Amino acid sequence: MNYGSSVSGERLFAECKYSTQALHIILNLCQYLFFHRQEILKWNGWGYSDTRFLFNKKGQAEFTGKRYRLSGMIIPALQNWFEGTFGASVQHKSPAMPILTSSAVQPPTLNEAFVDELKSTGIPCSHDAEDRVFRGHGHCLHEVFALREGKVGRVPDIVVWPNCHNDVVKIVELACKHNVCLIPYGGGTSVSSALECPPEETRCIVSLDTSQMNRILWIDEKNLTAHVEAGIVGQELERLLNESGYCTGHEPDSMEFSSLGGWVATRASGMKKNIYGNIEDLVVHVKMVTPQGVIEKGCQCPRMSTGPDIHHFIMGSEGTLGVVTEVTMKIRPMPEYQKYGSVVFPNFEQGVACLREVAKQRCAPASIRLMDNEQFKFGHALKPQVSSIFTSFLDGLKKFYITKFKGFDPDRLCVATLLFEGDREKVLQHEKQVYDIAAKFGGLAAGEDNGQRGYMLTFVIAYLRDLGMDYYVIGESFETSVPWDRVLDICRNVKARIIQECKDKGVQFSPLSTCRVTQTYDAGACVYFYFAFNYRGLSDPVHVYEQVEHAAREEILANGGSLSHHHGVGKLRKEWMRETISDVGMGMLKSVKNYVDPKNIFGNRNLI
Amino acid sequence: IDPMLKKRDDFEDILEERRNSSDLKYALRCYTPVLYKGVTPCTSSMLKSMVLQSDQLHYVINQVSKETGKATDDIKEEASAILEEMAQCLQLSTVRFFAFTLSKAFKTLFRSICVNEDGIQRLQQAIQEHPVVLLPSHRSYMDFLLMSYILYTYDVALPVIAAGMDFMGMKFVGEMLRMSGAFFIRRSFGGDKLYWALFSEYVKTMLKNGFAPVEFFLEGTRSRTSKSLTPKLGLLNIVMDPFLKGEVFDVNVVPVSISYERVLEETLYARELLGIPKPKESTSGLFKARKILSEDYGSIHVYFGQPVSVRSLAQGKVNRCQFNLVPRHIPRRPSEDIASFVNDSAYRLVRAQEENMVLKPWVLVASLLLQYHHQNQAAGQKRGIALGELTAQAVWLRDLSRQYGAFLHWPDHIPPSEVVSSSLTLHRGLVRICEDKVQLAVEQGPHSSVAPEEELLSQAVILLSCASYRNQALHVFVRPALLALAIHTASSNQKQEVFNSFSFLRNMFSNEFILCPGATVQDFEEACYLLVKTGALQFTQQEVLVTERGHRTLAFLSTMLDPFLQGYQVVCRFLCEEATETLTEKQFIPAVRKFIKKLLLAGRLRYMEVLSSDLQKNSLAALLRLGAVRKMKG
Repeated sequence: MNYGSSVSGERLFAECKYSTQALHIILNLCQYLFFHRQEILKWNGWGYSDTRFLFNKKGQAEFTGKRYRLSGMIIPALQNWFEGTFGASVQHKSPAMPILTSSAVQPPTLNEAFVDELKSTGIPCSHDAEDRVFRGHGHCLHEVFALREGKVGRVPDIVVWPNCHNDVVKIVELACKHNVCLIPYGGGTSVSSALECPPEETRCIVSLDTSQMNRILWIDEKNLTAHVEAGIVGQELERLLNESGYCTGHEPDSMEFSSLGGWVATRASGMKKNIYGNIEDLVVHVKMVTPQGVIEKGCQCPRMSTGPDIHHFIMGSEGTLGVVTEVTMKIRPMPEYQKYGSVVFPNFEQGVACLREVAKQRCAPASIRLMDNEQFKFGHALKPQVSSIFTSFLDGLKKFYITKFKGFDPDRLCVATLLFEGDREKVLQHEKQVYDIAAKFGGLAAGEDNGQRGYMLTFVIAYLRDLGMDYYVIGESFETSVPWDRVLDICRNVKARIIQECKDKGVQFSPLSTCRVTQTYDAGACVYFYFAFNYRGLSDPVHVYEQVEHAAREEILANGGSLSHHHGVGKLRKEWMRETISDVGMGMLKSVKNYVDPKNIFGNRNLI
Repeated sequence: IDPMLKKRDDFEDILEERRNSSDLKYALRCYTPVLYKGVTPCTSSMLKSMVLQSDQLHYVINQVSKETGKATDDIKEEASAILEEMAQCLQLSTVRFFAFTLSKAFKTLFRSICVNEDGIQRLQQAIQEHPVVLLPSHRSYMDFLLMSYILYTYDVALPVIAAGMDFMGMKFVGEMLRMSGAFFIRRSFGGDKLYWALFSEYVKTMLKNGFAPVEFFLEGTRSRTSKSLTPKLGLLNIVMDPFLKGEVFDVNVVPVSISYERVLEETLYARELLGIPKPKESTSGLFKARKILSEDYGSIHVYFGQPVSVRSLAQGKVNRCQFNLVPRHIPRRPSEDIASFVNDSAYRLVRAQEENMVLKPWVLVASLLLQYHHQNQAAGQKRGIALGELTAQAVWLRDLSRQYGAFLHWPDHIPPSEVVSSSLTLHRGLVRICEDKVQLAVEQGPHSSVAPEEELLSQAVILLSCASYRNQALHVFVRPALLALAIHTASSNQKQEVFNSFSFLRNMFSNEFILCPGATVQDFEEACYLLVKTGALQFTQQEVLVTERGHRTLAFLSTMLDPFLQGYQVVCRFLCEEATETLTEKQFIPAVRKFIKKLLLAGRLRYMEVLSSDLQKNSLAALLRLGAVRKMKG
């Protein structure tokens, strides 16, 4: 049975490309559609081409397309919030270059011998400029900013699309034989400069795009596992599993675009990890192709005492050791019932105390997140136009109740969003337990709608960054994990540091500096920061941005936070690795690299 | 622009308004200070329970319980009692009472109380942004009441003040001070973990919550000599801790320089330094108090310095990650980098106090008169210096000190001779003017009927009082003076030789003057810069040359340090000649004092200043530090 039904036909055509001249035109078209993701996705921004925020002629914000709950809606409050928060104006536009001029792209450095042998294997490849540019970046601010200006640095020289594990084995063998550099490419959602080609790399760089390896190979209902090719994208995996009544429950914010192999390679974390676990809890078996050969375990056992877990060399290796080709993952029956919820707290301190208590009692719902006051207001600005006078009346009443009757300060209150999952009765019971705890910390239940909107924010935030960039506003998010006793301190200090650094670096407008506690653990929490500012008046905004982000990371580390909770290290955070894992730790990682890949075939230079 | 010409704010006299409007109205007026933006509103008693419930205290109570076998409840009770004894209970009503009574007292005692308003404004801003620590210089008991008085006047948040337990001796006064924001610390609590935990947690709680600015004296105690004292690090460590551990984003430290034209305790300090027992507190004490009120103490200048961000001080000096691996509430000794950071910061802050200390013309006149006195004495002359000549010299010294960056308050619109005479009038207890000749009010001659030792002491009181005014200017001259002395004592004019000699002297005197640790090269360069700039020195490739006109400057400068040099010499002599194995620390001062008195009476020492116990203690400390003397236990 072929699970990847929607693309399999086109793939068949594509495979014929090199053998059948007659189908040339059709094939070109097909390859265009399915190898050129940039036709569906933006080449210089986030997400789908048909989906974006814009300010219409009336100055009102609109979200285009049909893909999201918010799509096609007017968002009346966004303009005010946007102009008020950033000191920006919808009159001052900073549009992106509409198309890529191919003269901006350096001609490829091709290793002819490698290309010849590769072509003889029949594995599709391309050195088309657009294909190469699309795979030469992730979604860091500096990467997207440069693309919007039409600037392109070092990009892969050739893109190759293996169709299965064996194709990857062949490609890696050829790469070793001809000494070319391989950079695995999954969903391209990296925010750690992991996909950037090292400028000092003189060899031919081959981008190994795993997107064609997107099948579920089997489902084992006895053991509740599924064996999946690593190129599959999150939402596709869930959709296909759902057809059989299952899910993985792994939902990172990027799940629309990020791939299974990418999750494994970066130690990803999902929103609902409280029920389903993070990637390291979900993975039962991994197959990775390295220059030394294929690494995998000999069984699919739930736990082993067989020395250090080799999965932990693979997970988080960030493409420096090999390509993950196939993964056996745990699956669960789809939940019977889902319910969103939200709680308003008088202030952030109370909110954190509540989350800590929930974690202590180990009764966290599938997801529990606490947004600070600024993010709460941000979320509010994204409320779509209300359909009736009645709902707007109700909203007003709610606001009155919370701020006037309960005495909450609208500039201090914050909101926790909740997602419960499971069978109906248990969900309701669980819900009551959590709301009871919240009440002890002054929390008021604030409805399902607020909760759902909170989660929507995560999916649209990256689109909003593109909107900001159209109007001189740049920004980014970054994350950390931190022990419970440090949560409040790190939130306060990092936000204040961002504001201070912006001031010191000459940013003319006060920045948006906000955070949320986004995951809870027994011993700590994961904290997410959003940071954006209006860069009018700055000659090198990206450099200023990078300096501020650097300072913010130093502040995180000085406050006992981790270098990364789930984004990974890439090249962006490499400089702090030594202090993070000690000299010996670095030595261990390096010796593994030296053994597995002595010629640095996987030469993206991430991590170490 | 010359880096030595520092820009400073203008002053405003706050007594002027007091002389023109009702004190009662002033004491009862609306008081609405700006508070820290992150303030958690709480009362003095809530603070206490926050301290008792803190993680740190829980930890220490359990630790003490394990060590001593006492029940934790008993220790908790003990802790609560200690906190009762320690805690302030700031009340606006008490402050209003003081605002009223102090207005009355200040108006009779002082001509003016001048405050830099810009500094107040900066402080206001600092208080709003981050927790604030106020660090005033400490020359008088008056300091902390004066500080609160000024802050009340300007509608700035009233501070809580760390005070020594000695105040508590006076039951009523102690409680009054407590209600005006003072909290009391035992002078020594060595290894008492519980006390330390309570004390540090109490201070940190007030600071972190933005309850009030925390005020303490970096010098630990009132300086009896008017020289800045080597900073004490305990409290500074405590207030920096919340920043270093990330509990607050930043702490603003504001050095405040309070300079008195005439110190109330002037002769009291001299007597204390000489070991003359205090007169019994009795009716005569009251009489003295009335006498004090009838005297003119000139003006006070209070300069609120630039707020210093602890965050920026620590930038690149402290690795804050060191707190990542142990829970922050577990008390630990500060690491080496933190200890040296706090020490360096303390010196920088004392230097900041010094730099903004206003110097009155009298300070220069006193320096000149002292030098003149000793030269005359050596020459056997007993006549004073002509007023005209004194004025001319004072003008010379005025210009020199200005070039060295002194914050001199010399009224330029008044003829110099008048400036000098009015200084002399204000300090008439210390000088004698007779037939236009000025000299120190030191009675001399064989005709007096008092015992020679008593006469010696009464002369010494005058000289030490005078020296305390000269000392106010020492921070301006000390670096060039050390260089002058180094040139004088170096075996050659070779630059390296002079530097070595400078470095040795600087090292030796580092208990005496505020010399930042590890800044020998900077200090040397600064001294060279100043002397070259003023045309006193020239540098060739290898050599240091004193210019024609430089001799006068260098002579003045090195003479300034002479008494200190002689003091250290005589202490060494004492240790060589008289000290035995059994000399205890307690016996040291009386013994060395006796030794010096003998030498002075025999006319074998020039400077009576060497009788100062401060000088003696400092020299012993220096000798200990340099390894010339050893402390033995037992």
